Amino acid sequence: MARLGEGLWVTLSISFTSVGLSIALGVPAGLLMASRSRLWRRAMRLYLEFIRVMPILALLFLMYYSLSSVFHVNLPARLVSILVFTLWGTAEMADLVRGAVTSLPRHQWESGRALGLSEAKLNLHVIVPQAVRRLLPGVINLTTRMIKTTPFVFFINIPDLVKVAQQIVEVAGMRDNMASVWVYGLIFLIYFAICYPVSLLATHLEKVWQS
Amino acid sequence: MKTAGKFLTLALAAFLLGALLPGAADAAGELEKIKQNGKLRVAVFSDKPPFGYVDENGENQGYDVYLARRLAQDLLGDPSKVEFVLVEAASRIEIVQADKADVVLANFTVTKERAEQVDFASPYMKVALGVASPSSAPITDVSQLAGKKLIVNKGTTADAYFSENHPEIELVKYDQNTEAFNALRDGRGAAIAHDNTLLFAWVRANQGYVTGIDFLGDLDTIAPAVKKGNAELLGWLNGEIDKLIGEQFFEADYEATLLPVYGESVDPNTVIVTR
Repeated sequence: MARLGEGLWVTLSISFTSVGLSIALGVPAGLLMASRSRLWRRAMRLYLEFIRVMPILALLFLMYYSLSSVFHVNLPARLVSILVFTLWGTAEMADLVRGAVTSLPRHQWESGRALGLSEAKLNLHVIVPQAVRRLLPGVINLTTRMIKTTPFVFFINIPDLVKVAQQIVEVAGMRDNMASVWVYGLIFLIYFAICYPVSLLATHLEKVWQS
Repeated sequence: MKTAGKFLTLALAAFLLGALLPGAADAAGELEKIKQNGKLRVAVFSDKPPFGYVDENGENQGYDVYLARRLAQDLLGDPSKVEFVLVEAASRIEIVQADKADVVLANFTVTKERAEQVDFASPYMKVALGVASPSSAPITDVSQLAGKKLIVNKGTTADAYFSENHPEIELVKYDQNTEAFNALRDGRGAAIAHDNTLLFAWVRANQGYVTGIDFLGDLDTIAPAVKKGNAELLGWLNGEIDKLIGEQFFEADYEATLLPVYGESVDPNTVIVTR
């Protein structure tokens, strides 16, 4: 049980750090994607497409093994996992932000400018608050997907929740054939306990913002 | 917009800088480097009892782990100065190539293909084929299998050996270990052929079956692996294994880790390396 706790901590720390960073970096990145500068739009588009076509596992291997054996950049496994998940999360988050921002009616910008707001103030006070509401369902979806993808970190030798469960099953399975059912059943409940509150929070926020 | 751009550029620069700094040179003496780190990094399995697994208390255990602790003792003077890197079967080569571990001790069978990518030290274990069957209809000789069905795992040494040497035996092939053993339980074959080390453990845990043939085919060896070209560490390992064989260390390792799983009926000499 204590060992599952350690695995759970690994899962939680990696996923929430990455989700947090992704949201923090994704918002400015998304604004860049929606910006009027063609250069930024193109650059961000390239970044997004690259991350989107690249399997997470391949990215993990690339950063963990290939960087080290080819360029002698030996990064610790946890840093690699947070980097990869953040790169992925930021790209997806940025696209969500772009979608939310461009779906706002054009007159929001025009009115803002007519009032004499600077670009930064326009974004901060007019565009972002409205976009955030439209963002919420997508962000929740992304968060739960990122949490559920963390077991991939075992491929770069980090024992997360699911791997610890497997280790327990292999040892306990020698005595009890039902061990796998109990242990994986428990894992299911734990993941549910992590992800369900996230959904609840989303429903709650949507209700609050509607009124 | 400008602030966002600046922030992003800054973040990118910080990332690149951070990534480039730790690129240390490989040239320094490998043994010296390990001594400097104060830790021998050993790649072991975390879910393959009895070779490498994690016990109820979260401690690494098993035949490979027992050896790893001894290596740390002899190199650094303390059996706890070992850092276990938990590895999957498929990444055992990359893990030393990418310098994430110094030595692989993960039930790593020596093959020609693998030897092109890593350097193997002297073997510390043997593995051959075995054949397990129900105790009620034991198979003790390959000739008894003629005209009967034999269960094997696809792509294993057992599959290759019987396809090549005994075409008269009909093979029933499965992808996964669990499936193959379940097939034996369901009577879909007269016997199962697999690594003898695995069969010993399985037969012991499952009443009503015996390893009627415990040694068959080509003898494969299991050895520590290091990064290709790491001659200094390789030389040290070879000397160490030679010394350990001399003092019957592997007999002690067998007794501590494999005997409880295999039971008294297995001859240790089919598994461990002795003089």
